[in-house]
Amino acid sequence: MEGRQEAGKENKPSSTSVDPQGDSSLQVEISDAVSERDKVKFTVQTKSCLPHFAQTEFSVVRQHEEFIWLHDAYVENEEYAGLIIPPAPPRPDFEASREKLQKLGEGDSSITREEFAKMKQELEAEYLAIFKKTVAMHEVFLQRLAAHPTLRRDHNFFVFLEYGQDLSVRGKNRKELLGGFLRNIVKSADEALITSMSGLKEVDDFFEHERTFLLEYHTRIRDACLRADRVMQSHKCLADDYIPMSAALSSLGTQEVNQLKTSFLKLAELFERLRKLEGRVASDEDLKLSDMLRYYMRDSQAAKDLLYRRLRALADYENANKALDKARTRNREVRTAESNQQLCCRRFERLSDSAKQELMDFKSRRVSSFRKNLIELAELELKHAKASTLLLRNTLVALKGEP
Amino acid sequence: MAAEREPPPLGDGKPTDFEELEDGEDLFTSTVSTLESSPSSPEPASLPAEDVSTNSNGRKPAEVVLDDDREDLFAEATEEVSLDSPEREPILSSEPSPAVTPVTPTTLIAPRMESKSISAPVIFDRSREEIEEEANGDVFDIEIGVSDPEKVGDGMNAYMAYRVTTKTSLSMFSKSEFSVKRRFSDFLGLHSKLASKYLHVGYIVPPAPEKSIVGMTKVKVGKEDSSSTEFVEKRRAALERYLQRTVKHPTLLQDPDLRQFLESSELPRAVNTQALSGAGILRMVNKAADAVNKMTIKMNESDAWFEEKQQQFENLDQQLRKLHASVEALVCHRKELSANTAAFAKSAAMLGNSEDHTALSRALSQLAEVEEKIDQLHQEQAFADFYMFSELLSDYIRLIAAVKGVFDHRMKCWQKWEDAQITLLKKRETEAKMMVANKPDKIQQAKNEIREEIEEWEAKVQQGERDFEQISKTIRKEVGRFEAKRVKDFKTVIIKYLESLVQTQQQLIKYWEAFLPEAKAIA
Repeated sequence: MEGRQEAGKENKPSSTSVDPQGDSSLQVEISDAVSERDKVKFTVQTKSCLPHFAQTEFSVVRQHEEFIWLHDAYVENEEYAGLIIPPAPPRPDFEASREKLQKLGEGDSSITREEFAKMKQELEAEYLAIFKKTVAMHEVFLQRLAAHPTLRRDHNFFVFLEYGQDLSVRGKNRKELLGGFLRNIVKSADEALITSMSGLKEVDDFFEHERTFLLEYHTRIRDACLRADRVMQSHKCLADDYIPMSAALSSLGTQEVNQLKTSFLKLAELFERLRKLEGRVASDEDLKLSDMLRYYMRDSQAAKDLLYRRLRALADYENANKALDKARTRNREVRTAESNQQLCCRRFERLSDSAKQELMDFKSRRVSSFRKNLIELAELELKHAKASTLLLRNTLVALKGEP
Repeated sequence: MAAEREPPPLGDGKPTDFEELEDGEDLFTSTVSTLESSPSSPEPASLPAEDVSTNSNGRKPAEVVLDDDREDLFAEATEEVSLDSPEREPILSSEPSPAVTPVTPTTLIAPRMESKSISAPVIFDRSREEIEEEANGDVFDIEIGVSDPEKVGDGMNAYMAYRVTTKTSLSMFSKSEFSVKRRFSDFLGLHSKLASKYLHVGYIVPPAPEKSIVGMTKVKVGKEDSSSTEFVEKRRAALERYLQRTVKHPTLLQDPDLRQFLESSELPRAVNTQALSGAGILRMVNKAADAVNKMTIKMNESDAWFEEKQQQFENLDQQLRKLHASVEALVCHRKELSANTAAFAKSAAMLGNSEDHTALSRALSQLAEVEEKIDQLHQEQAFADFYMFSELLSDYIRLIAAVKGVFDHRMKCWQKWEDAQITLLKKRETEAKMMVANKPDKIQQAKNEIREEIEEWEAKVQQGERDFEQISKTIRKEVGRFEAKRVKDFKTVIIKYLESLVQTQQQLIKYWEAFLPEAKAIA
């Protein structure tokens, strides 16, 4: 039990530091990543003393599709029906960033060379940030799997980590994507159907509460995530605005012949520095707030999926009961009906037990992650505000001191 | 939010920028439409204070549109010719010909659009003390406030009336504190009058705020939304800045129209300021004509200072426009940031409500509160961005346009002088030809005619040269004053703006410092 708790607590999403593994018998990390045209190649490095593996240290190169394959394999595995499957990492998306860089390249000639250099620098930093994030997301996915006592023992996982060759997992083609899409629809329809089934009573208060909670929570956290993203975007816009301002002030300063010269030049410098600070505010809000919200949005979806599976099992159990009763009244195939019913019952109970544990882990994981990130967010905001104040004050002193 | 108050003008130590009209008063009592035109005469500006006492008629000879009583004027004019101030070069010919013809004034003065108001002769009761005060470069003690916009009337005939409050200790005003109600077109009318009197002789008349048909229509229609209140506030602040700048101009402060604007309870409606009035259209046509003329005037610039300055202002204009555009973008994005922060605050609050872990739930609610306060902060900062920085820049962009206009007037003045010289030359040639061709019969009459014309044009040439020198002098002084003011304005505003930024950051620190323990309290 303790091992599990530990593992639960230590799974934090997208922080820049590598999450320490609860159990050092299997350590996974992404040691390198390369971006090629439209693919990203991750180097997954494993350190393990488990007897299963041929070596204690080894690495393989994997692409995003292979991560998705692994995730789907878990989801489709009946054995893990009672567990929260860690959400799959999002596809690396450099589209927006690439477009912006391209636009800058063809851009208008009205901006000075300095401005151009700064904007290019900004966009490159943005590109780099997106790249780092995608690496972190893929890494966290693997690390959560490695930390989970049940999931880490999966055969597919071992293959993923060890098999030197390409897993020949092509991306889903249109038919499969459509299939996945339809499956989701069927799932939600099914869920609606199940819940409206007469006679299907939720016997456990815990799950009743969890269900209501998760439904609402998931919607709201998704909302919060979207809006946090927009705030972050606005901060970035603001930071970018300082570039032409600084440039205009600079040229004003060089042209002036009177006392305004130094004032303008100092202002130009000030805004250049403020730009960097504003940019940092944006990226910190992104990491500590937006990313965290996004991760728990996905995780809460995974929890919802678990609840659905349990509900399905309950429905199956109920159906099996009804079938048994019918069989008994007709006195036909009672044995099969009985064994089926027992199967369903056992499955349902197994799922309920593990689901309960998983959901409690989810809560403690969530709480500790929010705590950590909110503290770090506040501390960083304070740091940047203090730096800005100092910068502004120094400039004011310099300007006021002028004749 | 109070608009940027103009800093007190620099005592530029030049006591000369006022009309010494008290002595010249008698000259004009009989005339009807004069006093507005009197400042068009170049001399007053160059008149040092000391000369006032010596010159009983510091007043310029009648370079003035006089519809009546011309004779009186001329009589005095001939007298005046001998009372030249030491600064004026003796450019008059020895012949006691009248210094002016009725024709000259109209060509000298820029065509006026509106009918001249029949104002009483100006009684500048400026005491000797005040003159000396200014001579010492003391501060102009006058403050203008524009406040309390209120809607008058209904529908498309509605308008906003603003309260204009003047606080002053200058004795030229009858009270020390008074206020009147004015509407936007009144301000435009004031500017129009001042511009017509002073621009073409080289004074930089502050431009009035711009019209906005869209903005005003919204207000008229009665939309009580934030954009129309913002519009009204923007306009109010702009009107205040406009008046402040105008009264801080030592020459303009003396103008009777300005005083009437500030003081009298009733003001004749300035219809000619409407964009689509006859006067308005005439204005547009003239502007177009001016633009064409500017392109065709090739002036032989003898004074490098002017060329240099023009180039400087041209550059400054370009740079300010660029800066203004980027500041406008900043204002826009900060407003967006504020809106997005508010939206996030709401969703954080909702999330906090959903959260079933008590301590985390509380922390999330606190976060929501912090974000809400921060959104307010961003809004206020955007406000400051705009009213302090952005509006200052746009004011100066328009002011520089006025400066450029003044330089253009100088060019036109030169052109006039040049044209007069050419005409004179032609007339002299004609006369010479006549002298050579010896035809006795009709020649005497023709000779007299041509003689008269030559004298007329000689006078015009002299006048042209005087005017040109006068305007050049005025411009030099004005530009000096303008630049000094600009430096001061910018410095003051920059410091204020930075202080607002500091304020914002300090508030941010406060909010986050309050939040931190809440985050740490999550157990």
